[in-house]
Amino acid sequence: MAKDSGVLRGRPWVVACFLLPALLLLGALVVYPIVFSLYRSMFDASGDGFVGFDNYQSLFTDPAIRKALQNNLIWLAVAPAVATGLGLIFAVLTERIRWATAFKLLIFMPMAISMLAAGIIFRLVYEADPDRGVANAVVTSVHDSFSEGAPWPGAHPRPDDGLTEQPDGSIVRDEAVSTGDSVLLPLVRVAPQDVADAEPARAAEPVADAVTGTVWLDFSQGGGGEPGVIDDGEKALAGVTVEAWVDGRSVASAQTAEDGTFSLPAEADGAELRLAASNFAASYNGVDWLGPTLVTPAIIGSYVWMWAGFAMVLIAAGLAGVPREILEAARVDGANEWQVFRRVTVPLLAPVLGVVMVTLMINVLKVFDLVLIIAPGSVQPDANVLALQLYTVSFGAGADQGLGSAIAIFLLLLVIPVMIVNVRRLRKEAQR
Amino acid sequence: MSSAIRPRGGSRQVGRIAAVSVAAALVLTACGSDDDGGSDGGGTGGGESALDLPDLSGETLEVAGVWTGAEQSNFMAAIADFEDQTGATVNFVPTGDNLATFIGQKIDGGSAPDVALVAQVGVVHEFAERGWLAPVGDLAQEQLAANYDQGWQDLGAYDGEQYGVYVKAANKSLVWYNTTSFTNAGVEAPTTWDEFVSTAGVLSDSGVDPVSVGGADGWTLTDWFENIYLSQAGPQMYDQLADHEIPWTDQSVTDALTTLGELFGEERLLAGGSAGALRTDFPTSVTQTFADLDAPAAAMVYEGDFVASVISDSTDAVVGEDALVFPFPAVGDDSPVVSGGDVAVALSPDTGEATEAQQALMAFLASTDAARTWAGQGGFLSPNKSLELDAYPDDVQREIAEALISAGDDFRFDMSDLAPAAFGGTTGQGMWQALQDFLRDPEDIEGVQEYLESQAAAAYGD
Repeated sequence: MAKDSGVLRGRPWVVACFLLPALLLLGALVVYPIVFSLYRSMFDASGDGFVGFDNYQSLFTDPAIRKALQNNLIWLAVAPAVATGLGLIFAVLTERIRWATAFKLLIFMPMAISMLAAGIIFRLVYEADPDRGVANAVVTSVHDSFSEGAPWPGAHPRPDDGLTEQPDGSIVRDEAVSTGDSVLLPLVRVAPQDVADAEPARAAEPVADAVTGTVWLDFSQGGGGEPGVIDDGEKALAGVTVEAWVDGRSVASAQTAEDGTFSLPAEADGAELRLAASNFAASYNGVDWLGPTLVTPAIIGSYVWMWAGFAMVLIAAGLAGVPREILEAARVDGANEWQVFRRVTVPLLAPVLGVVMVTLMINVLKVFDLVLIIAPGSVQPDANVLALQLYTVSFGAGADQGLGSAIAIFLLLLVIPVMIVNVRRLRKEAQR
Repeated sequence: MSSAIRPRGGSRQVGRIAAVSVAAALVLTACGSDDDGGSDGGGTGGGESALDLPDLSGETLEVAGVWTGAEQSNFMAAIADFEDQTGATVNFVPTGDNLATFIGQKIDGGSAPDVALVAQVGVVHEFAERGWLAPVGDLAQEQLAANYDQGWQDLGAYDGEQYGVYVKAANKSLVWYNTTSFTNAGVEAPTTWDEFVSTAGVLSDSGVDPVSVGGADGWTLTDWFENIYLSQAGPQMYDQLADHEIPWTDQSVTDALTTLGELFGEERLLAGGSAGALRTDFPTSVTQTFADLDAPAAAMVYEGDFVASVISDSTDAVVGEDALVFPFPAVGDDSPVVSGGDVAVALSPDTGEATEAQQALMAFLASTDAARTWAGQGGFLSPNKSLELDAYPDDVQREIAEALISAGDDFRFDMSDLAPAAFGGTTGQGMWQALQDFLRDPEDIEGVQEYLESQAAAAYGD
C-alpha cells in the first residue's frame, strides 16, 4: 500500500480537501438515505407514531411479503445460474465459429433494451391468445401438427335434453337404442359463423335393420325453434363420429353425412350411443404462461433472455485470457472436448463465473420492472417480489412508507452477504 | 392502450392514497337521510345561464387533474367559455396517476394549483382534514342548489362545509351488448337478473360466450358486486356495508355473492370460463366483445359509461348501432345505479378562503353552461340535473344520462371508492383480491366473506 507517499503527509487539510467532495456525495446520496430508511422503518404509515420493530415483524407475518420473499429466493436460485450457464455455453461455442462477433452482438442486443420495454415485449410473447402471443403460437402449432382438429369444437348438449356430457367430454345418449329407431341428437353452442355453409338438417328415415339418426345444431338463427325438434333452417353437423357401445366397448361407428344423418348397422341394437370427445375438443389454446403457477418461471425466462448476453460477454472476455497452451496440452494428453471444457476451461474461468454470478445475484434481488409489467393484475400477488412489494406498500394504497422502509432495509441485508463475497474477491484479485 | 381508459385506471390509483373512512361515513349518512333537497331547482330547466362572472382579466388559474388526451381537451373546450367571459387564463396541469401525492408535493413546494379534479371521495376528505380546501363560495353554492340533487351536493361536502362541485359523473350500472349476437340468438335486453341469466343461457346455446368479464382488473369485479348488492339489499344496507357498520359476513353479502355465483359459477356463461375471465383485463373485455362484429368472442360486457370510448377508440364498432346498452338488471325491486365521478375542489392551503377567481371558476363548473358545452364534446356525463338531455350528442349517451339523473337520490357512489384504498382499491388485497378469489372458486362464498371481513377490519381500523 502507499505507506510512504510523503506528498500529502503532514498536510491533513489537503487530504480533507481531496476527500470532501467524495464524502459529501457519498454521504448525501448513499449514507443519509440508508440511515433515514432505517429511522423511517421504525415509524408507522403516517410517520408520526414510533412503532419500534413492528414493521420488521410484519415482514415475516404478512402473507403477501412472505410470498414475495419466497419468489425472491426462487429468482435468486434460478435466474443467475441459468443466465451464467447459458452465457458460458454461448461464450465457449462462439469462440470457434467465424461469425462470432455477429452472433455475440445478437445475443447481447437485449441488454440494450430497457427492462420496461423488455417487459412489454414479453407480455406480448406470453399472451394467451395464440394469434398474438408467440410462445403460445409455437406451442399450439407444434401441438396441432400432431393432433387433428375436432370438426365441431365447443359443441355441447343442452342440459336435460336426453344427452349427457361425460367428464371426459364425450356425449352419451341417456337411452339405449334399438334397430328401427331414428334418433335425434341435438347439440348447441356452435358459433353461427361456423355453420354458415352447413346444410339444413334432415330427420333420418327409420330403417328396419339399422339404427339411424341425426346430429344437428338445435338452435335457430334469430331464436325461436323448439328444443329437441329439427326446425326449419336448423343446420346439420356433418363429420361427427357416432359410436355404438355395448358392455364398455365400441361395436360400430358411423360418420354423419352432410345433412347430419347417420346409419349404424344391426350390431348397434341395444347399444349406447356415444359421440366421442374428439368430435368436440376445444381447439388447443396453448399454455397459460401468465397463470398463477407459471408466471414466475415465465418472467425468469424473460430475465434470462436479457442477461444471458451480459454473462456471455464477460465470460468470453475471461475465455480470451485462458492460456491456449494449457488447453492444447490437455488435448495432446488425450482429453476429449468435453473433458477439456469440464476439467480445464471451467476451472480456469471460475473467477469470472463467480463475478458474473454475484453481479447477477445482486441484480436479481432488486428485480422489479419485469414483474410489474409482465404479471397481469390478477396474478401479481403470485408473482410478487420484494422490490415490487416495497413499491406497492410505500406508494400504493395505504402509502405505508414505514413498512416500505423496513422492506428496503431487509433487501439491503439480503444483498450484504453477496456484497461481502464480492468485495473479498476483488481484494484477493488486487493482491494477486 | 388508448388514452380513454387511462383516466379510469388513474383514478383508481389515486384511490390507493389513504382514503379516510370515517369521513366517508359522514357523507353516506348524509346521502341517505335527505330527500327534500332535490326539488330546489327542479323548475329551472335548461336556461340556468344567469351566472354573473366577474372580470378576471390578467388572472391565471391552474387546474390539476389526472386527465390526458381527449378527456383533457374536452374539459378545456368547456373551460374556453369561462376564459371568454372573464378574460382569465386557465391552464391544465396533468398530475399523472397519483393525484394526491402530486398535490401534496405542490403544496409542500408552495405552489398549489387553484383547482384540483379528484375522483375519490376519500381524497377530498383527506384534503379537507389537512385544511387544504376552501369552501366553494356563494356563487357556486347558488348554482349547486339550482342544478344538483342533494346526493351529489353531499358527496362534495365534508363536515357540513361544501368544498366540492361534481363536474363529471360516471354511470357504472350498464351492460353493453353486441347487437349481432343478440340478433343471432333472438334475445332482447333483459331487465331482471333472472332474465339476464336466462338470456345468457340462450346466448350460450347460440354459440357465443355470453358475458365478458375483465377479471384481471379487480375493480370491474367489485363493480359487479356493488350493483348486485345495491339492488338486492337496498341503499340503506349498502350505506351500512360501505361504512363497515355491518360485517362482510352478513347474510346480505352471502345472498349477493350467491346471486353473483349464478353467473360466475357457470363456466359456459363467461367468455373463456373463469380462467379466461381472470386473464382478461378491462380494455380486452370490451374489445373482445366488439372487435370482431361477425364473430364476437362475447356477447355482453358490463361496466360504466366509459366503455363507449373504449369501443370507439379500439374497435370498428359503432356505439348506438353495433353496440347498445341496457341498465344493470334488477336483482331486487329496482335496477341499481352505482355511480362515480370527479369533483372539483378549490385549493387554498394558506388562507382556507377561495379567491374571487377560484370562486368564479367553481361557480362556472357548477353551471349548466359548462355542462352543456362539455356534454356536446361526447364521452361525458353530467350530474347536473338542469342539463337538458338534448345536449348529449347521441341516443346512447342520453339513455345513460337519463338513467343516472332519474335515480335522483337513490344512486350510490362506488363502494370501493368510498372504502379505504387498502380495502377498495389495491391489487392483491381487500375487495379486489376477494372477488378475484371468488371468480376463481365461486363455491367458497364463506371463505371469501371471512377474507373480506378480516381485510375490512384491518383497513377500517376497527
